[in-house]
Amino acid sequence: MTVVERREIALVDLLDRLLAGGVVITGDITLRIADVDLVRIDLNALISSVNENVPSPWGDLP
Amino acid sequence: MTGLRYVYAVCRPFDAPLQVQLTGVGGAPVKMLAHHGLVAVVSPVPEGDFAEAPLREHLEDLDWLGATARAHQQVVDALTAVTTPLPLRLATVFRDDSGVRVMIESGEEAFRRTLDRLDGRVEWGVKVYVEGGEEQPEAAALAAKPASGRDYLRQRRNRAQEREDKWRAAERFATRLHGTLAAHAEESRLHAPQNSPLTRGSGHNVLNAAYLVPRAHSEEFVELVDHTKDEEPGMRVELTGPWAAYSFVDPEGTGAGDAGGREDTSGEVV
Repeated sequence: MTVVERREIALVDLLDRLLAGGVVITGDITLRIADVDLVRIDLNALISSVNENVPSPWGDLP
Repeated sequence: MTGLRYVYAVCRPFDAPLQVQLTGVGGAPVKMLAHHGLVAVVSPVPEGDFAEAPLREHLEDLDWLGATARAHQQVVDALTAVTTPLPLRLATVFRDDSGVRVMIESGEEAFRRTLDRLDGRVEWGVKVYVEGGEEQPEAAALAAKPASGRDYLRQRRNRAQEREDKWRAAERFATRLHGTLAAHAEESRLHAPQNSPLTRGSGHNVLNAAYLVPRAHSEEFVELVDHTKDEEPGMRVELTGPWAAYSFVDPEGTGAGDAGGREDTSGEVV
């Protein structure tokens, strides 16, 4: 087994925290969490549909 | 400052200087809005991007989402270097400063409680992957040509058995590792395993966990993760962090909830 310590943050790790974590406050502009979860699902579908031959549109965050 | 207010985090007032010219979403300058002994970290964002309809649309755009998430994280990260911020969820937006003040007032007690609980703690992310967990048709094709129907069935059974053994071993390993790490952390959370297409690395994600660890014990925790490297062949462990305590803003044992206390006034425009 290998332990990899990533210096760069992968978008997927960031979204795990920013879309599922953090304090939920109903701001003046309200997006209900259910909507955000839907976005997440759409995101998964979008990514799954990316053809292997097409370079992925999301990269590592510097 | 015109435009809507994007709030990154709430924290206690701090003296340490922030990174000069800290910028937020869209490159806008970040400012500290102090109220009732707490500080909201905010920046102006254009209504054209963050009003409800455009925001909804933007959230489906990976490039936009990625850039916004990165900007959010950069601000929270800069705060983490000087204090313990309470990070808010992505895209928490208010009409103006007075909307932000009302938010602080109504969430005041919960903010203080959570800030006390998280003070001096950071979050570490640990993921376990089974390497080569996918079926490999080439390998199957390369196997010796079966001499008979019975041989064929036996080979097939063996391959299925091997796969199953591998998954069992992975599960055992992940469970044991999580137990060990959780015992060395104050709190832990399990995130849903990440979809293979979402992760660039090879392998199948079987554990996606977050651990709340006092900053002072972080070195020990990282070493503990590092020591697992010789334990199990065919597994890969990834460590990320230190993060602000995104996954621990709710007390242990509660589901995703709001600590801000404005849920019951949703839709209200300040």
